[in-house]
Amino acid sequence: MQRRHYDEMRGADGEVRAHFRALADWLAETPVERVAEKRREADLLFHRVGITFAVYGDDAGAERLIPFDTVPRIIPKSEWTLLGKGLRQRVKALNRFLHDIYHGQEIIKAGVVPADQVLTNDAYQVSMLGLDLPNGVYSHVAGIDLIRHEDGKYYVLEDNLRTPSGVSYMLENRKMMMRLFPELFARQRVQPVEHYPGLLLETLRAAAPSPVRNPVVAVLTPGQHNSAYFEHAFLAQQMGVELVEGGDLFVKDGYVHMRTTSGPQRVDVIYRRVDDAYLDPLAFRQDSLLGVPGLLSVYRAGNIGLANAIGTGVADDKSTYPYVPDIIRFYLSEEPILENVPTWQCKKPADLELVLDNLSDLVVKEVQGSGGYGMLIGPAAEKSEIEAFRARITASPANYIAQPTLSLSTCPTFVEQGLAPRHVDLRPYVLSGKEIKLVPGGLTRVALREGSLIVNSSQGGGTKDTWVVD
Amino acid sequence: MLARVADRVFWMSRQMERAENTARILGVTSNLVLFGTDEVQERNLLAPLSITDTEELYRQQHGELTLPELIAFMALDEKNPSSIYSCLKWARENAHAVRWQITSEMWETLNATWLEVRAIPRSRVTGAGATQFFDWVKERSHLFRGVTYGTIVRGEAFNFSRLGTFLERADNTARILDVKYHILLPSVDDVGGALDYYQWAALLRSVSSFETYRQLYRDQIFPIKVAHLLILERRMPRSLAACFDQVKEAMTRIRGQKDEAAKRLASELHARLAYADIEEVFKSGLHEYLTGVLEDIGELGERIQRAYLGAV
Repeated sequence: MQRRHYDEMRGADGEVRAHFRALADWLAETPVERVAEKRREADLLFHRVGITFAVYGDDAGAERLIPFDTVPRIIPKSEWTLLGKGLRQRVKALNRFLHDIYHGQEIIKAGVVPADQVLTNDAYQVSMLGLDLPNGVYSHVAGIDLIRHEDGKYYVLEDNLRTPSGVSYMLENRKMMMRLFPELFARQRVQPVEHYPGLLLETLRAAAPSPVRNPVVAVLTPGQHNSAYFEHAFLAQQMGVELVEGGDLFVKDGYVHMRTTSGPQRVDVIYRRVDDAYLDPLAFRQDSLLGVPGLLSVYRAGNIGLANAIGTGVADDKSTYPYVPDIIRFYLSEEPILENVPTWQCKKPADLELVLDNLSDLVVKEVQGSGGYGMLIGPAAEKSEIEAFRARITASPANYIAQPTLSLSTCPTFVEQGLAPRHVDLRPYVLSGKEIKLVPGGLTRVALREGSLIVNSSQGGGTKDTWVVD
Repeated sequence: MLARVADRVFWMSRQMERAENTARILGVTSNLVLFGTDEVQERNLLAPLSITDTEELYRQQHGELTLPELIAFMALDEKNPSSIYSCLKWARENAHAVRWQITSEMWETLNATWLEVRAIPRSRVTGAGATQFFDWVKERSHLFRGVTYGTIVRGEAFNFSRLGTFLERADNTARILDVKYHILLPSVDDVGGALDYYQWAALLRSVSSFETYRQLYRDQIFPIKVAHLLILERRMPRSLAACFDQVKEAMTRIRGQKDEAAKRLASELHARLAYADIEEVFKSGLHEYLTGVLEDIGELGERIQRAYLGAV
């Protein structure tokens, strides 16, 4: 089925858009072989540096490269300015929401979000009730997934407020592009992203308990077999802080310490890339070897900062997503700058009926799913797949939401046959500390298979450098 | 530095050094078994197993002691935790766990070594290719040490890497010398015979010091001088004295807490080697002396583990 979609490079008349012109000229005058050679060089460099990710369910410890595409995705500065405003607004409201649901619950009392949507949510953490966090920030690092629809507008597809990953690719992609094609950067002013680790460190230090002067920050990783281990190590190295595993930390006298060769060293902020359930075997999953026994009690005593906070999942849950525009209106008394994708909640009988009648046209997602797993893309699915999903939705409607099949915009991409349009999305990273900061751009993910709309790296997606240009 | 990271770096270096030493021992063994009576040959074949404490494991898995079986066991057997294969595997595993705290060149060296050894078939090391294989292992170890020395920042990772390398080397030199004396030559009557020359020359070659011996002593090979060279001659980089120069230096640079016990023992061993007299060592018995040294090295390893690498 041929779908209409927004072409990032060319307008409806086939003319190259102004902000893509420098790149288009360069592509036209550069021999294809040279670009192909550079792509091979990029592959080799990525392998050498070890920028790989582990794939779940693959051979134990298998490592793959995320395919890197050498054609950048370009965003004009005017467009980015608006996006930036919308992202700040959205993350600010979501942090206010998180504070509220663990304090006075005004939004529930006002009837804007139903009580059961919050209080019976799996990600809701009773242990967070009444706990005051520095600057009222819960999601210090947020990744907001955006897509551009055929109408040319950006829509928020998903909020990631727990432990969003991918920012290391944003940084490595830029480094790679500057190394491979320095002449491209001479042709136009590309806004820098290299200061991200510095901003991240500043954000993390702002999450320290208030009396600490020079907070010690550590990155907590589940370990070298985690799919995002490269990123954890990369960020720790870039920030110049320790990369720790659960076993490196222990609680003593009300504080968290690292085991070092020169004895225990106190830690003030943990940038944790471990899920809530595994953080503290005394408080959550008892079988967890990834966490730190007693961490929660230190956190509750206000003696350690955690980024992101515990219990942020309530706000980025796909079942909460439909309420976000109202959440923005409620806390900020502003109209949302970025729109949501229209969403049907299968827990509502009317929505459920509509969804079941239109499964072959819709995208159905599991409320708790991520990484492109547990989802149905109606127009691309086999009949049997649709029926299997129908049974699952009917069995537990509250577990599913549905959205129209969106036409993700396309961007020229190098594939085997040469340059061809492929669908892309965009994940900017929003940092909330004393203030909200973001670097211009983000991670552009690209679905490398023709016609595919799934951009996740675990499902054959690749990445592109993302340029915000003057 | 995180204790876990230091522990990995320490063992990464120990394992690589151990792989090299095993290759040296095997290299010399394959030469030695060309000479002597069946009994001497048997003793020569047994030596590598005694040095690495793996005789029992070998007997369980292989039974009869033959050179090809021995080499297969010591070189490529993944079930033998002391085999070259296992050492290279663990060196690489340890490096993988801390690849962001070491230089990419160090990681690449160990990773490439592991990928290569994994692809080597048994037939390549048990026959004519054995010597080539042992030389390759030594070269990879030299390369790793050189890459480490030439690329890593002078900090705790460097200190613990050096500590691991030289503690392991000291342990191996003491074992090689002890086994040679204890197993290969139980009877004093054998000392000075024609066969003996080969035995001692082979021992010297296994620690790359045959030429050094000639150069320093300009003499025939006498057991007491060999012992002096391998124990007290600090100009010889595989001697115990030279190893403890490095061990002590690394430990002086390490900033620790509650590590007095470890540092004290390192200094003590260093001083003892600096002031020892080889005649006295022989008088009270070389084997007894080396057994003591090995115990001290083991104790030092444990104290290092407790002071820096283990639990709180």
